[in-house]
Amino acid sequence: MALKITSACRNCWACIDVCPQQAIVEASPHFVIKAEQCNECLGVHDDPQCASICPIEAAIVDSLGAYLNPPGSLTGIPLARLIDFGLWHGAD
Amino acid sequence: MELPVIGNTASPAACASSGCGTPASTEDRLSDAIRAKVQDHPCFSEDAHHYFARMHVAVAPACNIQCNYCNRKYDCANESRPGVVSELLSPDQAIRKVLAVAARIPQMTVLGIAGPGDPLANPARTFETFRQLSARAPDLKLCLSTNGLKLPHYVDEIARHNIDHVTITINCLDPEIGARIYPWIFWNNRRIRGAKGARILIEQQQQGLEMLIARGILVKVNSVLIPGVNDQHLKEVSRAVKAKGAFLHNVMPLIAAAEHGTYYGLSGQASPTPAQLQELQDACAGDMAMMRHCRQCRADAVGLLGEDRGSEFTMDKLDALELSEIDYATARQRRQVVHDEIIAQLAQKRAARHASPALLPALLPAPAGDDHPTLPTASLRSVLIAVAARNGVVGEHFGHAREFLIYEASPDGVRFVGHRKTELYCSGPASCGDGEAAVEAEPQSVLETTIAALAGCEVVLCSKIGFEPWGQLEAAGIMPNSEHALEPIDAAVLAVYREMAASGRLALPAPSRKAA
Repeated sequence: MALKITSACRNCWACIDVCPQQAIVEASPHFVIKAEQCNECLGVHDDPQCASICPIEAAIVDSLGAYLNPPGSLTGIPLARLIDFGLWHGAD
Repeated sequence: MELPVIGNTASPAACASSGCGTPASTEDRLSDAIRAKVQDHPCFSEDAHHYFARMHVAVAPACNIQCNYCNRKYDCANESRPGVVSELLSPDQAIRKVLAVAARIPQMTVLGIAGPGDPLANPARTFETFRQLSARAPDLKLCLSTNGLKLPHYVDEIARHNIDHVTITINCLDPEIGARIYPWIFWNNRRIRGAKGARILIEQQQQGLEMLIARGILVKVNSVLIPGVNDQHLKEVSRAVKAKGAFLHNVMPLIAAAEHGTYYGLSGQASPTPAQLQELQDACAGDMAMMRHCRQCRADAVGLLGEDRGSEFTMDKLDALELSEIDYATARQRRQVVHDEIIAQLAQKRAARHASPALLPALLPAPAGDDHPTLPTASLRSVLIAVAARNGVVGEHFGHAREFLIYEASPDGVRFVGHRKTELYCSGPASCGDGEAAVEAEPQSVLETTIAALAGCEVVLCSKIGFEPWGQLEAAGIMPNSEHALEPIDAAVLAVYREMAASGRLALPAPSRKAA
């Protein structure tokens, strides 16, 4: 059980600094969560820390591939508008 | 601790009346102690920004809040706005870059960390950069610009690093207004949304402001003017931060365009017009010293305000630019010499301003015949004059100016009211190459854009101007004038105003102005 970073990630470092497991590493083209070290913050915090500070929608998924921050959930921009403006192209 | 606030109580020695040629010069009204702290800081001193350079190092990518005017996805070298950078630096890279830049730009006095996220959401990288710089370039002033959320937590650390200039962005005091600006914050291990999050942010900002003032650190407050959201509220913000001891208030226009992909850009939120911005700045100015020369620069800006040289100092060029330690020591000595020369020049200019006789009587030379009695100056209207400036003089060719400084001349004298950029912040996907933005910019010639940007101005001063732009400017009701090339700006503006007064043009209402 571990979270995963998608190609939507912009490498802003916010998650690295708040991960209590030090499970996130700088990598190219985007940062990576080491699956063996990630416990999704269970028993440590109410919410996974990386997903709670991440500013980019759709950048973190759970083990089923579901977005922790779906499109529109952080900016409040309606999904239809994101699609209209070419800012959302669907899943990875 | 009480800081004297400029624009509030003018000292007897300062320009207390309108008799001085530049009554609005903020530096003239400062106490010596404050002036000593800001006189070489381009972001805190209007006088200084013509001569001294600064740089920002982008070592702070992480952020702990979301603002509706920000989109963290963007990274476009053609854009100039906060939160946009071309390459992130590690603290070690930042030190190398700062030393190389400071060796080549001897006017450099200030090193700031302003993002592209929030410096205090990146405490390890931010403070490591400051620590190394204090050791290797101790002549550079250190400053940081923050959203304030973690300010109370780090205020002692800030004081320890000898950072004596801090900028806090405060857009509101009311959490309900805050909820329309900040969709969420990250606080105590949670994402907190809406007014609840905004309330925490506001509390931390205000507490942080008080703590900085208590430690004798100069605080500038930045506010983004968002029409219909916080425009009227900013007057209250201005009063409140002044009461707590902030030194300067910088009300900046919202930059919102759909191609930026921000909430405001995509929801059609309007940016303020230059007139709206000036109106609010003037309304706040009664209570608080206002900064009007801000260029809303990038988090990796280099050089004089408004003249970004960041592209000369990218990491791939750095190897070739690095010098030996001995050369760095020499460069530091040269900075000191240049610094002292500029400070002496500024002191001379200040002294000259005080020494010049009252300008009003001279404003209107008596007309040739007695049958044209001199108009009472009170009946003269004010005029906006745009200046293509370089180093404090009318020194730029019209066609080369990337921005114009805007001065208001009136019977009270000449005052700087702002600047207008002549290029779009981003001309859209065609020039950006960023396929994510899908909105085409209106095709418009650079000259048309420039003329539109100068709306409301009646004269444009420049060192030179071509035939074609001359005609088009004149047709748009803006009189080009290159007769004052290389003169100091204040004197040139005043001379033009005097000519306009003498010709009787100022007794008439302003010509109808082309809409922005």
